[in-house]
This record gives sequence, C-alpha cells and structure tokens, in this order.
Amino acid sequence: MSCIETIQAYGLRSLGFGERLLPREGFTLCEQVTLIGSGMIWNIYFGALALLAGFFLATAVAVAKNAASPWLSKPADWFVFVFRGSPLFIQFFLAYEAFVLLPRNGIEIFGITADTRWLTRAWAGALIVLFLNTSAYSAQIFYGALRSVPQGEIEAADAYGMAGWSRFRRILWPTMLRLAWPSYTNEAIFLFHATTLVFFSGFPAWQQKGDALYYANYFADKTFNPFVPYPILAGYFILLTLVVIWLFGRANLRLNRHMPESRTRLRIRPQIIR
Amino acid sequence: MLDFCTDPDLLEGGRWLACYLTTGKHMAFYASFGTVLLLLAVTAPVALLFGFGGALAARSRIAPLRWIGKGYTAIVRGVPDIAFFLFFVIALDQGIEWLRHQVKCPDWDLPIRQGNDFVVCTAAKMPLSAAPQWVHEVYGFALAVLTFAIVFGAFAANVLYGAMRAVPKAQLETAAAYGMTQRQATRRVLIPQMWVYALPGLSNLWMILIKATPLLFLLGVEDIVYWARELGGAKTQIYAYPHPDWRLWYFLALLVFYLLLTKISEIVLERVTRRLSHGQATMGGRALRGKAA
Repeated sequence: MSCIETIQAYGLRSLGFGERLLPREGFTLCEQVTLIGSGMIWNIYFGALALLAGFFLATAVAVAKNAASPWLSKPADWFVFVFRGSPLFIQFFLAYEAFVLLPRNGIEIFGITADTRWLTRAWAGALIVLFLNTSAYSAQIFYGALRSVPQGEIEAADAYGMAGWSRFRRILWPTMLRLAWPSYTNEAIFLFHATTLVFFSGFPAWQQKGDALYYANYFADKTFNPFVPYPILAGYFILLTLVVIWLFGRANLRLNRHMPESRTRLRIRPQIIR
Repeated sequence: MLDFCTDPDLLEGGRWLACYLTTGKHMAFYASFGTVLLLLAVTAPVALLFGFGGALAARSRIAPLRWIGKGYTAIVRGVPDIAFFLFFVIALDQGIEWLRHQVKCPDWDLPIRQGNDFVVCTAAKMPLSAAPQWVHEVYGFALAVLTFAIVFGAFAANVLYGAMRAVPKAQLETAAAYGMTQRQATRRVLIPQMWVYALPGLSNLWMILIKATPLLFLLGVEDIVYWARELGGAKTQIYAYPHPDWRLWYFLALLVFYLLLTKISEIVLERVTRRLSHGQATMGGRALRGKAA
C-alpha cells in the first residue's frame, strides 16, 4: 500500500470509516502516523467540547462559590473539592461503573423512556466526566480571579449605578476572565492531555475506534518498540498544544485590548502543573 | 479469618459482610493501599533528587550540561504524562535488558530487534525467567517507581529552576561580596533560600503525584484499581461469597481514600508553608510578622 492509500484507508479509522481491520504486520511509519493522527480526532473532540461546555459551568460555579449564601457556596465548594481532590482516572472508572448499572432498557421519566445505553459509550460518558472535571478546575481558577478583581473597579461600577447582572456582565466577568486567562490556558492544555486517559480507564474502545494514545499503545504492543509510536504521539500533542496556546493568545489579546501594550502578551509561565 | 467464617453459605447480614471483608483477597486489597503509600514515599524523594539535579544542570555554566538540564525540564511540556508512563516502562525495561545483553553475551551475533520481537540472550533477561514470583513483582514495582521519578523529576526540575531564579539577586550578591565562591554561594545561600519559593509549586506537585498513583494500574502493578476491579466484579454462586456487580462501591471507596489523602496533605502543607515563611521577604512572611507585632 502506498502512503496515500494508507491515509485513505485509515485516516478516519477512529470514527469507523475506511478499513475495518487494523494493520497486523509489517507496520510502516506511514500507517503509524496516519492511525495515531486519526485518533487525535477523538482527543480534539473530547477536549474542545468539554472545554466549551465547562467554561459556562465553571463561571456559574465560581460565582456560586463566591456567593454570600452558604446554600450556594457550600455545594460549589464540595463540587470543586471532589473533582479536584480525586484522580481523574478514578472518576472515569466510577462514572463508567455507575453508567453500567443503569437499567438496560432505559429509565422511565413521566411516561417517556429515556435511553441510557449511550452513557456507557466513551463519546458521551467520558465527555460528561471530562466536562465536570474541567469545570471544577476552571471554577477554582475563575474563583481566584473573581476574588482579585480590583476594588476600584467594583466601586466605579457602584458609582455608575450598576448592580446585579449588568455589573457582573460588564465589569466583574471581563476582568475575571482577563485575570484568569493565563491559568485558564494552562487548564486547557492539561485538559487535552487528560483526554488520553479515556480509553485506558474503563470505557472500552468499540471496534477499536480509539484515541491517539490508544493507537500508539496498540503499535507499541504489537511491534514491541515504543521508540516509534510514542514520539509520533508526542509530536501531535506538541502541535496541538501550540495551536491551543495560539488560540488562547488571540483571545487574550481581545480580553486585554484596553490595557497598555506591555500587558497584552500572554505569558505562559509555570505551565507544567495543573 | 474470623472464627465464625467457616461456612459462608450459612452466614447472614453483618456477619456475612464481616467475613466477606476479611477474606484473603480483601487483605491483599488493603495491602495494596500500602503499595500506593509506598510508591508515594519512595517516589517523592527520588523525584525531588532528579528535579534537583535537573535544575542545577539547567543553571550550569558548562554548555552541554545545561542543554541536558534544559532538555530534561522541557520534555514534560506539551506531551501528556500518561504517554510518558506507557513509554518509559517499556523503554526502561528494554534499555536494561539491552545493557545486560551487551555485557553478558558479547558473542551474540543475531540482531536484537527481529521483526516485531525484542530478543536478548536468556542470561540477560530481567528478571531471570527462573526467578521467583516476588522478584518479578518487585522488579515491576521498581520500574514503575523509576518511571514516576523520571516524569515527576522533570516537573520538579521546572519548579526548582523557577525557585532558584526567584531568590533575590541581592542575597547572592551579598554572598559574593563576602568573598564566597559561586559554589559556596549556591550551597550556603541559594539552596537554603529557595525552598520557600519552591514550596507552592512542590505542594502542587505532591497533589498531582497523589492523583497520578492510580496510573500504577496501567504499568502492570497490582494496585488498588486492579483489586477494586477484581473484587468488585459480579461473583456467581461458584464463589464462596457471591454478589452482584459491586465495582461502583469499590471505586467509591477509592474516591474517598483519595479525597482524604489530598485533604490531609493540604492541611500539612499549609503548616509547612507557614513554618518556612518565617522571616522571609515574601508576602507570607510579612503577614506573619504583622501578626506577631
């Protein structure tokens, strides 16, 4: 098979299109690059959707955590504590076992039968876990930023007669995002890295439709040579990380467009720790 | 284990549960919590040592050493740590066997990589195939520890490198003014002073290390995740203690274990931070002094 044919056969293999059987022998470099790249589709899918949905929940949780009423702040505290205090790996297992225990033929709610089988599939179940997980981590970041919104800005908002929703939307929220953005960029990078755990933690890969690490691991197992597939995977992830940094850098420029020039560049400093 | 557990079929309720929770396999499950704590206890100092070496190398004036240090600190950026775990376990294993092969079988002329196989002479196998089971387990665990130490050493190197740069320049200049050589200044001023700057990063790292321990399961060690899956799975009537699928409860127990571990660590680390902040020219140190005054 030439390399073009390999790409046609395996380029979308992770979604179930193309060749049904994975390569079994004589693994070429092209096959490894194509299949691992194909698996990246899932990593991007999980990361992007969880991040997008998590952004909104994180904002809500951060505001709740900052609320004066314990009825709001305590549940938010617990949510953040449970998801930040336990390993994502265990959360995946726990969620999978919980979803498996749901009745097979669906739950009846108000006479409508809700199908539950899709929850045990990675595309939905793992996405829910990642969404909640990143919400908790981001909520902690947003909460910290919310606490450090300059007092003067809040007083200025009060002086203009802003309160409640309009004060939040026009003053608190933009400043919170601006302050949180460097850490939030880190969180986004780590979320993409965390997506590699999905197929190693309970959620089975149906018909060998897995993510990049799943295929890298497949090749390493079959060839017993880790020195080819893992560097390929590393290359893909470095690329993905650079794209994320670039995208978040653009957003950072917009968030900081009213600030003096020197403050607008996104500096990703101690970026290795979640 | 308990004396009334001779015939599990006759037991009911609390007694059944008591007997169930004290079977030999459950004892192995409880012992595996020890495995996790052992991993933490061994890995943390080793990783710190690796990180220390990496950070010092990255600051070195000798260029090749500096490149090694910088390269080491850079590897963990941009690539998921789990990929490193899966990679290093095989790579280390093969590296060790290859080295032993070079030493023990110098007159072996077949290639080591034959198609999809990695072949070394029998004497170079690690551990030897004749070795007892516990040697295999210890070797597997040691490989896991080394893997953890390499990956977390790179994290720690980043933290320590940053902390060394955060030590106020004036303090090092003062040391130089007193006639200390670069090496003396490093040992007497830089290293004692850097800890307070390194502590937030290191405590973060400790939390991440705790949360990375279930990955032992992927490295082939019989850890708590392994036992939770093993014991929790549905048991039919042919087992002494039949029960439906209880994995959810086992994983819930693991979740609680980890939450406790991180909570306790958080409290302890906060105390250590207060301790180290005494008399430091940092915000924490100033706050402490303000309170005392």
